[in-house]
Amino acid sequence: MKILVPVKRVVDYNVKVRVKSDNTGVDIANVKMSMNPFDEIAVEEAVRLKEKGVATEIIAVSCGVTQCQETLRTAMAIGADRAILVETPADLELQPLAVAKLIKALIDKEQPGLVILGKQAIDDDANQTGQMLAALADLPQATFASKVELAGDKAKVTREVDGGLETLEVSLPAIITTDLRLNEPRYVTLPNIMKAKKKPLETVKPEDLGVDVSPRLKTLKVCEPPKRGAGIKVPDVATLVDKLKNEAKVI
Amino acid sequence: MTALVIAEHDNTSIKGATLNTVTAAAACGGDVHVLVAGHHAGAAAAAAAQIAGVAKVLHADGEGFAHGLAENITAQILTLAASYSHILLPATASGKNIGPRVAARLDVAQISEITKVESADTFERPIYAGNAIATVQSADAVKVITVRTTGFDAAAATGGSATVETVAAVAASAKTTYLGSEIAKSDRPELTAAKIIVSGGRALGSSEKFNEVMTPLADKLGAAIGASRAAVDAGYAANDLQVGQTGKIVAPQLYIAAGISGAIQHLAGMKDSKVIVAINKDPEAPIFSVADYGLEADLFTAVPELVKAL
Repeated sequence: MKILVPVKRVVDYNVKVRVKSDNTGVDIANVKMSMNPFDEIAVEEAVRLKEKGVATEIIAVSCGVTQCQETLRTAMAIGADRAILVETPADLELQPLAVAKLIKALIDKEQPGLVILGKQAIDDDANQTGQMLAALADLPQATFASKVELAGDKAKVTREVDGGLETLEVSLPAIITTDLRLNEPRYVTLPNIMKAKKKPLETVKPEDLGVDVSPRLKTLKVCEPPKRGAGIKVPDVATLVDKLKNEAKVI
Repeated sequence: MTALVIAEHDNTSIKGATLNTVTAAAACGGDVHVLVAGHHAGAAAAAAAQIAGVAKVLHADGEGFAHGLAENITAQILTLAASYSHILLPATASGKNIGPRVAARLDVAQISEITKVESADTFERPIYAGNAIATVQSADAVKVITVRTTGFDAAAATGGSATVETVAAVAASAKTTYLGSEIAKSDRPELTAAKIIVSGGRALGSSEKFNEVMTPLADKLGAAIGASRAAVDAGYAANDLQVGQTGKIVAPQLYIAAGISGAIQHLAGMKDSKVIVAINKDPEAPIFSVADYGLEADLFTAVPELVKAL
């Protein structure tokens, strides 16, 4: 069984982004870029399924600029076998619906038994692509997964829901999106980074896949959130209780 | 112009997040209808009809809706979508699961986690863990939206008198089967609806200490318990207690953070709280930069002292 793993190149989670002074977006020039953390968990899960002998091939996919090749090399260093970059122009804002359509086209071509992707990218915080992909491909979805077990042509997936956990059984092929606690991705070793450089990486264009990737949402402006002023330090618990009772009046 | 709110419910009552979503739907400018898709969910539909500002409740009843499976709820929404300009869901685990599936089938964008309605086609939403606020405009015929509940007041749960109309339920998908749930039984208020939240971090050191220190404080205040990602990763608290960018987004009247340093991802989940208290022994902890009241102290002495003083 093939597993397709879409990965996104995003601003590293340690970077605190700044809004551009002209309010057109956030400044991502010269900041560290990494693989979206949830996608790293998705790659790790696919690699574990291959190590268990359930999966035969892992294909990493990224949609975006040329530099997404680095993200794909990271995915191959974790253990993906080959990669596909759907390359789009740097000035294009690629939105979740367009990405879902591109990956749907690749599903048609590659016929994977499973697609595993991150539940959310930490840049646009949209949390859409997996669900949209499932809709377009007319496949069952198991989002926010914290445990995945494959048996025959079915997957049993434990999902993180409000208040606890829920378990679903989906028939394969299916779309799974990862939550934080699904696994802890391995560290990438130098020999594996070297090996990843030799793995095949194919580049295609949206036109090749017959997909219109024009954005549907127009970003009118991007602003700083309202600043929360720092408050005061209190010397002891008694003062704290007094302030909460008599100043803030919240208890 | 009419907006359809997809109610979150447990078949007998309406969940609070639905009320905030109704407020956001009303702000879009037209009538507000509510869809209750459930199984033996007549009581939930009747409760939805009581919500102030709702003109009509659509009630679809079928076995496939019993557990809110995305495939089935989506199919139901699609049978109704043509009559609506806006389709809104609360940005809860359930709403986030269903919304994008609906949007893709309608070939429209979803506008995720809006915090403000500027006009019928323009919305504000936080990006980059709330470090930036984007104003986006949709040209799509139908706007599919998830609503961050902390951005909108709850509509009154009573006072309305909407008509309830039964609609035919779609057939359930055979591709997905619900096997079961493990929902933590708790007398505490729900994290996202609580007026007071006490939240613990990695400094608690173990799950025993987490319970021993945080539970009495929560009991005393009638508060919900939250946790930082570090505390959850370390196994001190359950996954669904995580407050932050990718966990729960909360905005209670009072948020007490004990032993939480305040990573930007955590601040993203709680900085809209009305009053923030930080208890931390590290004077440089970033949590102090958003706290109204900071107490530089060891939480193992300060929290029990606080319990006693309350």
